[in-house]
Amino acid sequence: MFLGLPVISVAIWLPILFGILVLATGDDKNAPLARALALVGSVLGFLVTIPLYTGFMRDTSAMQFVEMHNWITRFNIHYHVGVDGISVLFILLTSFFTPIVVLAGWRVIEKRVAQYMAAFLIMSGIMIGVFAALDAILFYVFWEAMLIPMFLIIGVWGGANRVYAAVKFFLYTLLGSLLMLVAFIYLYNHSGGSFEILEFQQVAIPINAQILIFIAFFFAFAVKVPMFPVHTWLPDAHVEAPTGGSVILAAIMLKMGAYGFLRLSIPIVPDASHRLAGVMIALSLIAVVYIGLVALTQTDMKKLVAYSSISHMGFVTLGLFIFNDYGMEGALLQMISHGFVSGALFLCIGVLYDRMHSRNIADYGGVANTMPVFAAFFMLFAMANVGLPGTSGFVGEFMVVLGTVRTNFWYAFAAASTLIFGAAYTLWMYKRVIFGAVANEHVAKLADITLREKSIFAILVIAVLGMGLYPLPFSEILHVSVNDLLVHAARSKLP
Amino acid sequence: MNMDLMTNLMPASPEIFLLVMTCVILIADSLIKQSGRLITYMLVQLTLMVCALITVGTHQNGVAHVFHNMFVDDLMSDVLKLLTYLSVSMMLVYSRQYLTVRDLFSGEFMVLTLFATLGMMVMISANHFITLYLGLELLSLSLYAAVALQRDSAIATEAAMKYFILGALASGLLLYGMSMLYGATGSLQLDAVSRSIHSGTANNTLLVFGLVFVVSGLAFKLGVVPFHMWLPDVYHGAPTAMTMLIGSAPKLAAFAFVSRLLVTGLQPLVQHWSGMLIILAIASMALGNITAIAQTNLKRMLAYSTIAHMGFLLLGFISGDQEGYGSAMFYAVVYVLMTLGSFGMIMMLSRVGFEADNLSDFKGLNQRSPWLAFLMLLLMFSMAGVPPTVGFYAKFSVLNAVVQSGHVWLAVVAVLFSLIGAFYYLRIVKLMYFDAPESHEPIIFGQDTTLLMSLNGVGLLLLGLLPGTLMSVCAVSVQQSLLLH
Repeated sequence: MFLGLPVISVAIWLPILFGILVLATGDDKNAPLARALALVGSVLGFLVTIPLYTGFMRDTSAMQFVEMHNWITRFNIHYHVGVDGISVLFILLTSFFTPIVVLAGWRVIEKRVAQYMAAFLIMSGIMIGVFAALDAILFYVFWEAMLIPMFLIIGVWGGANRVYAAVKFFLYTLLGSLLMLVAFIYLYNHSGGSFEILEFQQVAIPINAQILIFIAFFFAFAVKVPMFPVHTWLPDAHVEAPTGGSVILAAIMLKMGAYGFLRLSIPIVPDASHRLAGVMIALSLIAVVYIGLVALTQTDMKKLVAYSSISHMGFVTLGLFIFNDYGMEGALLQMISHGFVSGALFLCIGVLYDRMHSRNIADYGGVANTMPVFAAFFMLFAMANVGLPGTSGFVGEFMVVLGTVRTNFWYAFAAASTLIFGAAYTLWMYKRVIFGAVANEHVAKLADITLREKSIFAILVIAVLGMGLYPLPFSEILHVSVNDLLVHAARSKLP
Repeated sequence: MNMDLMTNLMPASPEIFLLVMTCVILIADSLIKQSGRLITYMLVQLTLMVCALITVGTHQNGVAHVFHNMFVDDLMSDVLKLLTYLSVSMMLVYSRQYLTVRDLFSGEFMVLTLFATLGMMVMISANHFITLYLGLELLSLSLYAAVALQRDSAIATEAAMKYFILGALASGLLLYGMSMLYGATGSLQLDAVSRSIHSGTANNTLLVFGLVFVVSGLAFKLGVVPFHMWLPDVYHGAPTAMTMLIGSAPKLAAFAFVSRLLVTGLQPLVQHWSGMLIILAIASMALGNITAIAQTNLKRMLAYSTIAHMGFLLLGFISGDQEGYGSAMFYAVVYVLMTLGSFGMIMMLSRVGFEADNLSDFKGLNQRSPWLAFLMLLLMFSMAGVPPTVGFYAKFSVLNAVVQSGHVWLAVVAVLFSLIGAFYYLRIVKLMYFDAPESHEPIIFGQDTTLLMSLNGVGLLLLGLLPGTLMSVCAVSVQQSLLLH
């Protein structure tokens, strides 16, 4: 509660309400109204989450801003939401990106504007719900409900192969979540009739069951992260999604998988997590190294950034499963940073795509000559993707590598190779697109970015540089929660 | 004495009233010209409404038996009857326009519907093999005739024929099984049968033999694999209004039928029948979901999806406890609401001489009518069991019962088949939202249909946000009515 307001509920339901309002504006005759309403809704949605940061108590890992109401009494299910140091940053990240996405689609989306804007607003509320839910069924409902608007966003406003990508996205994610549902129901019966996630974290579970639960959770979360080898939906979805969809996918949705590991897998089945940590680390390293190499060979910019996301998320899962404070905090910071950076990169590609209607690297060259301002912004985000010190990308990666060295030097060695591969694929792409002589007459006719686009990028520059130069406001929030999680995970839960 | 008779008949008063009204309507309708058919329609709706009032008015706590224990009135029967009236009445609203333009909006149709309703009510309240059978036959015979009502349609006649022959076979199996159970226990009355089996005096071989026939008969009527052959043809061949009549309310009666027979009557044999139900359920979910993918006709696809849903519903029974039965009842109720909506949608998109029952007819619906497309989206996601629609909670409560009874593997199998099922529901959403429309014919329908469809679709969403009440109603009525010995 803050000033007597249930902050989290407002943060969840306000965007959804605005989404319904936007839908009510009807067809494209009222598009300007739909856009304006969507912008107001998303900015308000961001403003209402600010008290979560300012009012957050940094010295405890207990849940804050808690709201709890009976929901389905028959199964003892509650509407129970709250935040700790781990989830609060993601909620802010989500509400931060919604206005950006609305602005990014301002001119580009011309057909069915109201539905487009409404889908993003509704999704924003649902995603905040995922990060805030403390009841397993509430979590599950938000987790699944998110699929519907995303499915429509990819399928309706996506590229040529959108239907395939949308269906693949939906079914992949559904497979994982259904297994998670069975695990929840098992835990409900095992814990004596409660769906409270915090209750699940306390109950003792035999090792066999722990391993099965871990596998069920693994399917749900690994698909979302996505981890090797269940990552194949991501490049398709990214390539076909409209810019806004790609931004939300990369910046927020991928984080949900890792968040799931943190909130559910590790605390609920710590023994299985420790036992299977080797597998997780191996898969993470494969993602980092192998997917990094795959990214090198891409000819499509969006695909390249998509593979780069998978590789960076490999860093995150690596950080989580080495079980030390540097690793875990680094992983969290990396997630936030990756949200900013990958979101920004997709916006950059979107800017180019809006003008040229091509994502092929080969169609570009010499963009710096016609779009100098854009080239400068793009450069900064590319550097952040590489992990240049001073940008946000550096902090998380550095901490994860540091944490990994403490566990095993060779893991760290393999992980650190991403600093080279990352630099190679990002800068090579940058060079081919931006530098050189003007490649063709299309590039020659390019107009530099507008004020709207400049302001979007400026906000992201502040975020990227701010976090890179002074990460303390981020790390102080999650510090206590991460430490307590590690202490909790170190205790065996075997009966 | 007279007073005694009256109080004795009280629990059966909705049935008696319905029977009287059906006869009245039958006679009255013969005096009405086709142009005044709306009067019959209003009378039917009024009858259903009064039935609902009587059912509520004569409700009493506890369980009442009449007609020498052949007929039972308890909370479950009252709840199911109310839902039956609701769903029959919705069916009539949805199909009025559809039938009118096809010259099928006749008194016969409405009288058959009422007789079918009566049959369902008798099934719901049966406490005796004979009552069960009577109700079932009254329902089935009315349905056979309803399917055949479109005389000049070869495909409808074929459907009616198939339905009739296989239905008669199923009735035969059921009767044969019942006769064996009678031979083993010496009683036709369900609770007496249960007591007799429980006491251990009955011949076990004979009992299990009879049980196999009874379960096969049930499986036929429910349309679960391997007794499902009639279902796709009948769903496809019958005029959509009749398909809706077959696919909606009778599933509630079927739930009552299964629970009366297997739980009230044969609960002591739970180990035997739950094993059979597991096989039937898995086979149905597998075949239903996989075959549905290959369908290009929406009615056929929904038929296979029905098979899969019935398999899922049976999972609620295998746990053999009230938790499970309650979840099965909830599943049946939710399923009926979804079926009404989806067939209603087909009828809304149909026009004179055109059936909108091919998948491609749904192409680009979002551009033709965004609101209808949104409602259909809710219906399809609810069928697939995706939250926040109520279909999810139906699946959830059944899965919970399955896990609680220790069959975690079965829950995993069930969700994997649901995943396959999600694919074809998703395809409809894809057609509506991602594809361009093939036809730009305006969609014309009455305001009553639009309103009902909106209530139906949004209701699935609202029930999904607040499913607690309906869940508790189902759980409580099962607890009070299906007493375990």
